[in-house]
Amino acid sequence: MAALAILATVPFWVGGTFYVNIASQILFYAIFALGVNVLAGYAGLVTLGHAGLFGIAAYAAAKIMNAGHGHVTVATGALAVTLVVAAVFAVLALRGTGLGFVMITVALGQIVWGVAYRWISLTNGDNGISITGRPSPLGLSLTTPARFYWATLIVFVIAVLSMAIFVASPFGASVRGTRDQPRRMNALGYHVWMIRFLAFLFSAFWSGVAGLLYLYYNQFVSPQAVALTASAEALLMVIAGGSATLLGPVAGAGLVVVIKNVASAYIERWNFVLGAIFVAIVVFMPEGLVPGMARLARRARGR
Amino acid sequence: MSLWVVLAVNSITFGGLLFLLSAGFSLIFGLMKIPNLTHGSFFMLGAYVATSLIARGFNFWVAALVGGLFVAAFGGIIERLILRRLAGAELAQVLVTLGLSFMIADVCLMVWTGDPIRIDTPSGLRGATSLFGMGFPTYRLAISLVAVIFAVALWALLDRTRLGAMIRAGVDDPAMARVVGIRVSRLFTIVFCLGAWLAGFAGVMGGPILSVYPGLDQEMLPLALVVVILGGSGSLLAYVVLFLPMLIVLVVRPQGLFGRPAL
Repeated sequence: MAALAILATVPFWVGGTFYVNIASQILFYAIFALGVNVLAGYAGLVTLGHAGLFGIAAYAAAKIMNAGHGHVTVATGALAVTLVVAAVFAVLALRGTGLGFVMITVALGQIVWGVAYRWISLTNGDNGISITGRPSPLGLSLTTPARFYWATLIVFVIAVLSMAIFVASPFGASVRGTRDQPRRMNALGYHVWMIRFLAFLFSAFWSGVAGLLYLYYNQFVSPQAVALTASAEALLMVIAGGSATLLGPVAGAGLVVVIKNVASAYIERWNFVLGAIFVAIVVFMPEGLVPGMARLARRARGR
Repeated sequence: MSLWVVLAVNSITFGGLLFLLSAGFSLIFGLMKIPNLTHGSFFMLGAYVATSLIARGFNFWVAALVGGLFVAAFGGIIERLILRRLAGAELAQVLVTLGLSFMIADVCLMVWTGDPIRIDTPSGLRGATSLFGMGFPTYRLAISLVAVIFAVALWALLDRTRLGAMIRAGVDDPAMARVVGIRVSRLFTIVFCLGAWLAGFAGVMGGPILSVYPGLDQEMLPLALVVVILGGSGSLLAYVVLFLPMLIVLVVRPQGLFGRPAL
């Protein structure tokens, strides 16, 4: 509750629209990371193609909006497109688990990137698609940073609640079961493939919501949003924060967005920093930043 | 008719390039079970190093060999210092190689700038060769030839030599191989270096066709993945079979699946 109160009042104390905008970015990337965490964390299926789904939602929303439709059509249409594509991706990707799954999601993500980059008549190629102005769902204007932040916060809270319900639910337990003991789950009569498929769709749904918010925030989407780098960033958020934890991805998203903005203020080479952080985290604290820090702190105290 | 034959030959040559790239990937992924997402970066790095050598007046083939060797040494360092610590942890390997690929891409952008660099076709292989009454670009024919030579050489290496037998033993049962006195750890470094060398060499060979530009790594990596997944990893014979569907795909869409106009 206290955390929620702090989050809700961010625009009043954070000082400056720049920081409010960064807070909004953290929130919608956190939603994305929560979605990725369902697969990468709870289901044990590491995906490197989720930026594709994130981007498809953004592209679909931009296309529908530019065709002159209202907000409700845009949101439902974009999410429907995302879920349909996600279902196809899931059928293809779930032919493998472990490494095979990773490789197939990389390939699928790169196909989406290829379409975004090269199918110029559909996606306007490298130039991307712009939308004119943020929409006003239910008559509320989202034009000021603070209003957009609050709208994102509401969606974010719903996302976190849905994750909490998911984790506590029998479905969440069966998803974790398919991660830890797929054979035993199968022997117990669970349909392992279907459980993974549904987890994929659940994950895709929140990735799509995040993509939608990304479009509203930037009012622009380009192939950069669906690049492998973006998928890797999302995975970094999950791993850095601690995968298969409820709020780890949120902390990870905060960390990555802040580092990204701070680092890009000082050095041009954000990708290098991202790569270096990746390597450092995997080599030095493979269990995630929060547990890893705790372990390092314990060791330091022990000496 | 003749158009189709020319297209088919061009496709085979691109297939040959992909063979060089993905044979290296397959060595690393199929034999060592390392999902090496830096493979596209190795390809690009080899090509970039070669452009610098050629700009200093070195011969194309020297540049190709040295570019490959540079990448092989680099790959060996990565394998020894980082991947060795993560043996068996596939997810960690994915993340580390991905992180490294971002770092390599950024360093390449810093050193060689963002402009595409073209590698000139080696002087002996310019122009066209007339074959069965039709003209084909000589260089593309040469690539196919090199690919075939490498295919045979790799097969012979893995299947017919003592080193190949040791590698296969190390893959099948590392613990047992160690017991009989095979230095599996050193062997795996050699395999990784060889795979990296193939990628770097392929990058240089591809230079005159593709030229070198930022983002080349991310374009080649999925191709290597797809080729390995279609062909089955770790088996070299599959690649020979693979030339066929590749040919069909590339004939139907000669500009590649993503529709880049043929250069």
